[in-house]
Amino acid sequence: MSTRGFLGRRPSDEVAHRLPPGQYQTEDFPVLAKGPTPRVDRAAWRFTINDGSRPLASWTWAQFEALPQTIWRGDIHCVTKWSKLDTTWGGVTIDDLFQAAGITPPSAYLLAESHDDYDTNLPVADLLGGKAMIATRFAGKPLEAEHGGPARLLVPHLYFWKSAKWIKGLRFTSHDEAGFWEQRGYHMVGDPWREQRYTNDP
Amino acid sequence: MTVDASVAPARWHQAVIERILPRTPHVISVFLRAPLEPHVAGQHVDVRLTASDGYQAQRSYSIASAPGTEGIELAVERLENGEVSSFFHDVARPGDTIEVRGPIGGYFVWRVEDGGPILLIAGGSGIVPLMAIARDWSIAEPKTSVLLVYSARTWEELVFRDELLNIQAREPRFAFIATITRGPRHRPEDFDRRLDRSLVRQILTHWGHSPRDVYVCGSNTFVEAVTSSLVQEAVPAAIIRTERFGGKD
Repeated sequence: MSTRGFLGRRPSDEVAHRLPPGQYQTEDFPVLAKGPTPRVDRAAWRFTINDGSRPLASWTWAQFEALPQTIWRGDIHCVTKWSKLDTTWGGVTIDDLFQAAGITPPSAYLLAESHDDYDTNLPVADLLGGKAMIATRFAGKPLEAEHGGPARLLVPHLYFWKSAKWIKGLRFTSHDEAGFWEQRGYHMVGDPWREQRYTNDP
Repeated sequence: MTVDASVAPARWHQAVIERILPRTPHVISVFLRAPLEPHVAGQHVDVRLTASDGYQAQRSYSIASAPGTEGIELAVERLENGEVSSFFHDVARPGDTIEVRGPIGGYFVWRVEDGGPILLIAGGSGIVPLMAIARDWSIAEPKTSVLLVYSARTWEELVFRDELLNIQAREPRFAFIATITRGPRHRPEDFDRRLDRSLVRQILTHWGHSPRDVYVCGSNTFVEAVTSSLVQEAVPAAIIRTERFGGKD
């Protein structure tokens, strides 16, 4: 049923087919976070991979910067309805990270953990095959604190709350453990093309 | 850790617009009747509009009304080229039907049992979810202290201003301070300057309470500035909840 008098402002066909259902294009780069922006010092920064409570590998900023660097270009989609097209990110793919540490994933799920006590759950399969990276650059420049710098997870095929800002590590979990927003009404998977915004969405 | 099913919204519902009320030159209140589950102060709803050819647009709007009151009040600011806000401002009228989904959000919320003292800081239309908290607090037997610091360009652009003045006149534990950035202040307790770090310090010192929870809502620029000041003034980051809109002022 249509809304009386609503005309709408349609995107071009080229943009429309890149927008998942319910999304609109923004030229801005909106910021969303549960609290104040943490100021994370690169000199003290560490990135750690844990299996439960057991550390598997850890990098300083300098060590992390020495890992193979990858550029990714594409579109990002926020559950608050905006999508931003043709973004460019630089960082280390999760494949390269695991390879550098000689890690074979010990389980099928993990939590991405942040400096502001935020976390979000992901299937490991969603991070491999070039689908995700630890991003340290946006549009060729060091990632700003507001957008998650020094480093954030980038999983662009899922809603952007999964791309945890101010990331400090990955923790393998024995099962799919709900993260911060996933405990508060948001979907466990969060595929924008299936419009998996909220807990009970199919 | 488990999933809290109570914060999972159901699917889309029809909502009838019962009333539209101008609040300020740029903000209207839209009162809806819709069969939604009861909300918690601070939550929002998703709104969906459908054109005659099936094209749809969705946006999120914070709920301004207190839990337990009849109907749902949204406050809609007119945005430049706003696809959905211009519909509410220029087209919508009572009796129209839209679709809503919600209530949504399990973090930027306050319940009576959360207690206080509560520090609320709003910039512009960021007042909306904080208004729901202020109203909820004032309806419950308010035993705890609240400070609302509300920044707007002018006195006329303070949404819900008269109601906030009324709550303040009625409730000795409710402090309301307006910070006006592009016009004169109207009361001695208000300020005609930006809410910078020194003003944050001055206001907190004068209030004299240590907040249990802090809620900051407004543009990202506003929220960044205010939360940086709060953290520098030794308010623990872990008690500060933020909700931000837009990339710019």
